[in-house]
Amino acid sequence: MADVASTSHPMAAGEPAATNYLKAERGFKSWIFTLDHKRIGVMYLWSVLLMFLLGGIFAMLVRLELLTPGKTIMEADTYNRMFTLHGAVMIFLFIIPAIPASLGNFVLPLMLGAKDVAFPRLNLASYWIYVIGAVFGVVAMVTGGVDTGWTFYTPYSTTSSTSVTTMTFAAFVLGFSSIFTGVNFIATIHRLRAPGMTWFKTPLFVWGIYATAIIQVLATPILGITLVLLMMERVFSVGIFDPRLGGDPVLFQHFFWFYSHPAVYIMILPGMAIISEIIPTFSRKNIFGYRAIAYSSVAIAFISFLVWGHHMFVSGQSELASAVFSFLTFLVAIPSGVKVFNWLATMYKGSIDLKAPMLYAIMFLMLFAIGGLTGLFLGALATDIHLHDTYFVVAHFHFVMVGGTVIAFIGGLHYWWPKMFGRMYSEKWARIAAVLIFIGFNVTFLPQFVLGTRGMPRRYYNYLDQFQPLHAFSTVGSWILGLGLFIVLGYLLASLRKRYDAPPNPWGGTTLEWTTSSPPIAHNFEHVPVVTREPYDHSPAPAPAPAGD
Amino acid sequence: MSDSAISTTEHAPEHPPGLQHHFAEMEQQADSAKIGMWAFLVTEVLLFGGLFVGYGIMHARFTEAFASAHHHLDRVMGTLNTVILLTSSWTMVMAVSSARAGKQKNLVRYLTVTLLLAGAFLVVKYLEYSHKFHEGLLPGRFYTYAGPHLPEEFLFFSFYFMMTGLHGLHVLAGMIVISWLLRRAIRGDFSPSYYNPVDMGGLYWHLVDIIWIYLFPLIYLIS
Repeated sequence: MADVASTSHPMAAGEPAATNYLKAERGFKSWIFTLDHKRIGVMYLWSVLLMFLLGGIFAMLVRLELLTPGKTIMEADTYNRMFTLHGAVMIFLFIIPAIPASLGNFVLPLMLGAKDVAFPRLNLASYWIYVIGAVFGVVAMVTGGVDTGWTFYTPYSTTSSTSVTTMTFAAFVLGFSSIFTGVNFIATIHRLRAPGMTWFKTPLFVWGIYATAIIQVLATPILGITLVLLMMERVFSVGIFDPRLGGDPVLFQHFFWFYSHPAVYIMILPGMAIISEIIPTFSRKNIFGYRAIAYSSVAIAFISFLVWGHHMFVSGQSELASAVFSFLTFLVAIPSGVKVFNWLATMYKGSIDLKAPMLYAIMFLMLFAIGGLTGLFLGALATDIHLHDTYFVVAHFHFVMVGGTVIAFIGGLHYWWPKMFGRMYSEKWARIAAVLIFIGFNVTFLPQFVLGTRGMPRRYYNYLDQFQPLHAFSTVGSWILGLGLFIVLGYLLASLRKRYDAPPNPWGGTTLEWTTSSPPIAHNFEHVPVVTREPYDHSPAPAPAPAGD
Repeated sequence: MSDSAISTTEHAPEHPPGLQHHFAEMEQQADSAKIGMWAFLVTEVLLFGGLFVGYGIMHARFTEAFASAHHHLDRVMGTLNTVILLTSSWTMVMAVSSARAGKQKNLVRYLTVTLLLAGAFLVVKYLEYSHKFHEGLLPGRFYTYAGPHLPEEFLFFSFYFMMTGLHGLHVLAGMIVISWLLRRAIRGDFSPSYYNPVDMGGLYWHLVDIIWIYLFPLIYLIS
């Protein structure tokens, strides 16, 4: 889809089109009441980045405290609140909405050749419900914080005197936001594809977002009802999770992970979806195994509902159940492996262009491979007993979530930034930042695998002296990682001060979003696009015009 | 994908009423709404599903206490409410078919009856609740029933109030939806070519009904 014959490209003169979505309407109200998916995506983007900053500050404080054994900068109680808030903010306010609600909202209708999502008002409602949830989250933080860990495990969460009720309510509200996004995307993908765009001519980003939306719709209500039960337990002592009253705290774990394990696929699938876009574009090659990648997204979504018990291998669940859950957990490795090998095969003999988005895609492949393989250690029953609740789990989780999702998110941000804002960022600074992020990430989290295998338990405030060097390594790594991320923020913001200088298709991408102007006009396309070719067809027929960078 | 451009119909002169700008035609809009609505109904089923599973587990664990506690419920009232809701589902179906046939007066009539039946359901529920409140048959730590009872009976009432309470909230939400449909119907917004909101409201109302059909035997008719 590299060309569209008709659109006039106003960027040649450096002058934006009059109807560019950023300028189509002016004023504060034109943003907060907008029904334009692009503007809602942009509002989501700034909101999740703000939350990323907040969660990042908590993370830096946690790492700083762990620099030395005993007290470094804060008391144990404060430390418990810090790691809980880091987890809760990063999970519920940043990583779940990050890709689907910000980049997805912006790009999905463009990729489909649609004017908007199916339900624009529901989309706006989703954003404002997110804001309300975030406000409750902040209220919980300033009125005592939360010290249960982001998993809110009972019985501690039903007895803790911190603001657990407010924080769970915040997560409950945020669930609605996530469901609305999911419902909206499902209807959009089913009914708003451009003429000629069959399911198998749909870009793989769309497949990934579709699988994510299905999980959002099917899993989030269970979290909702679980959090309601937790609130009821705290307010009315209804007795469901409280063993003194006949309840069962492990039941909470089952309920919680029935949502929260699929939820980690809500986090990683959109990341994989971005990688499936970046790799063919910067390899100048059709994707290898299109159908295999598409089906593997759906397979991951399906299996994700059957593996929650692997969080409870040591919670007194029956051996049979554990064995079955362990087996099912290993199955996840198959579609994940299918994806990784297909991406590598796409790059093989491709004409690889190491621009910033591609650097992040390659980073994703390396870090996700480590994150995925270490997951197998934890999915195996015997090794998990040793590694359960140690830093090994922390490192594994961060390799998948940061090394996977966050890196993909940053890669996608670089990929679509010119499309979203019509500006090119500094490629030089982007490379410097990418290197810093890669080094910083590995220095932070590789030592944690070692710490975990040596027995350092997660979430502990204090530790034995022998762990100190590795903890110090990890803390220094977090500074490098933080520096890298700040540089990204810096040059991206700096690019906004330039004139509109991004061509419609700076990377030679083949999907529909590159056929409209950068930034797109308010109605996305001058003419309804008609699709006849496969999404990643780089063959010369329509002579892709990578108009410089 | 190469793209030949076809001209956009976005400002076609004959713009059907009720068609939003980002849809090409009414059928596409109606289909999108249906897919979205069904996806939403699935979330509702799962929301209640969580409670049903919790109830099932606790029922299996404390079968005697649950069986003895459920005798406090009034089966006559429960049956009455079942009849009321089933009837309201029928009137809702009639409302949708009236809208489809373009019989505006009948549409208003059936929506009004549905609204009244929903209200009647809540009145019966209120009578049941006030009886329980009076006897101290309340959830969790508010359980103060003085008569003879097994220690875990309060757990039954925890679930009773959460499940019927959540369902009651859905009835209330349904009443708001039906009132909105009624207002639009009186204003004459709907026609055989545009009655999608009535259709969607109907789907929601049937879901509220179906959940009650499961709740009723699960809570009132166990032994």
